[in-house]
Amino acid sequence: MAKKETPTGAQESKKAGDQITLSRRKLINILLGSGIATTFGAVLFPIINFLIPPRIREAVQSSVVAGKVGELQPNSGKIFKFGRKPGILVMNQQGEYRAFSAVCTHLECTVQYRSDFKHIWCACHNGHFDLAGKNISGPPPRPLEAFKVDIKGEDIIVSKNL
Amino acid sequence: MPENQKQSIHTKQDASAQAGASQKGVMGWVEDRFNLGGMKSFITHKQVPLHRHSLWYYLGGMTLFFFVVQVTTGILLLFYYRPSAESAFESVQFIMTEVRFGWLIRSIHSWSANLMVAGAFLHLFSVFFMKAYRKPREMTWVSGVIMLFLAMGFGFSGYLLPWNELAFFATKVGTEIVAVVPLVGKALMEFLRGGEDVTGATLTRFFAIHVAILPAIFVSLLGFHLMVVQVQGMSVPPGVEKKEKSLRYMPFFPNFLLRDLLGWIIALGCLVAIAALFPWELGVKADPFASAPAGIKPEWYFVFMFQTLKYIPARLWIVDGEIVGVLGFGLIAAAVIFVPFIHKKTDHPKTNRIFNLIGVIAIIYIIVISAISYMSVE
Repeated sequence: MAKKETPTGAQESKKAGDQITLSRRKLINILLGSGIATTFGAVLFPIINFLIPPRIREAVQSSVVAGKVGELQPNSGKIFKFGRKPGILVMNQQGEYRAFSAVCTHLECTVQYRSDFKHIWCACHNGHFDLAGKNISGPPPRPLEAFKVDIKGEDIIVSKNL
Repeated sequence: MPENQKQSIHTKQDASAQAGASQKGVMGWVEDRFNLGGMKSFITHKQVPLHRHSLWYYLGGMTLFFFVVQVTTGILLLFYYRPSAESAFESVQFIMTEVRFGWLIRSIHSWSANLMVAGAFLHLFSVFFMKAYRKPREMTWVSGVIMLFLAMGFGFSGYLLPWNELAFFATKVGTEIVAVVPLVGKALMEFLRGGEDVTGATLTRFFAIHVAILPAIFVSLLGFHLMVVQVQGMSVPPGVEKKEKSLRYMPFFPNFLLRDLLGWIIALGCLVAIAALFPWELGVKADPFASAPAGIKPEWYFVFMFQTLKYIPARLWIVDGEIVGVLGFGLIAAAVIFVPFIHKKTDHPKTNRIFNLIGVIAIIYIIVISAISYMSVE
């Protein structure tokens, strides 16, 4: 310990001796350095902010016309646009409409209706969902988000369950 | 110790002896590999002459600064800009309204472009009057003048990119003038336009020219220009050279460079202030089927040429007046490039006076003609 202390002590006393002559230069260097650093900061701040992609404001869509009555046959399905994401409209063998988000809960592939399986299937990693949207086989961890289906005249209206 | 190992130690020692005292840390690491000692001693020995015209030495650096701003803001704009007739205007609108600081970045890009061209013009005239183009600096002048023309090309091609009404018609007129050139004019115009008319094809072409072709040529010329300035040092005007036997000098590094830096910081401050207080307008989206609005004008540095073309009568003897005007400007441009080879006897006071007079007349002509054009529109 004593060995270590001596050189640092000597350095300190040397610094103290030089302080009178160095202080002005040091002060100027600090002022100049922080000025340059601030300038760089002021330039970088807008640049970094510019690069952050702005959020695209989007009207929150809670319902959409997914298709027309008569468009689907029993045991078939179609993909429709729901806002920026795909949805899937299915008519089961009994002729009832079902609608889900078509985004697979595994890795966000778009699912499809397989009439041979009589349920929804994701081609990417062989995920299976039944007609209640429940994940029944394969890697998907959660059921598909289910939507409400209403028929208004000729239109099949799909809306989010709020 | 094996013989070859001994030898390798020797060569290592030689290398470090060559590089001077071996340093530790990052600088030492670099020094051991790249021997920057030569460059370092070059920079520390380089000096800038001091005399009453020394202030003009800063103009080149100032122009360079605006170019750096152009490259930086230009790259940033590329993140959002979409070069097509359908979405160019909307993407610039998006930059200006949605992207954080987008309005500022775009405004700075437009303002800095103009200041860069202005800086280049001033730099050219100051070099012209100080006769800095005389031997051995002829090629510095040539590369500089070509860079000024390229900067004007940058301005012309960049003007169209927001795809607004004013730019659309200015580009129509500007490219139409190219068609006047005998023999190759029509082909050249179609090459520029990417077809017979100014369309989306023109926009993608101008985009490619603006962000790829011109920068590539410009940067190579700039590298050459800066290299020869470093190697040959600053030119001392002939008048000063004769009068002052013992010139005073300032070290380039760090004294001159710090003054440059101070200038750049002030320029940055002014640039941001102008860009924020007078944001560059976007205007109305171009509609190729709408009639041209009043007050179509090119960028200010083209205005004097534009106005001159208006003064030339439609028919001069047996040739079209327009052809005479366009070829005349072509000849003047060539003459400007070759000034160092036209004016060789720079030690004759008489020829110096003639060239100075030509320079003064050129400046007065540009200012007066541009002023007339601006006043006639208002």
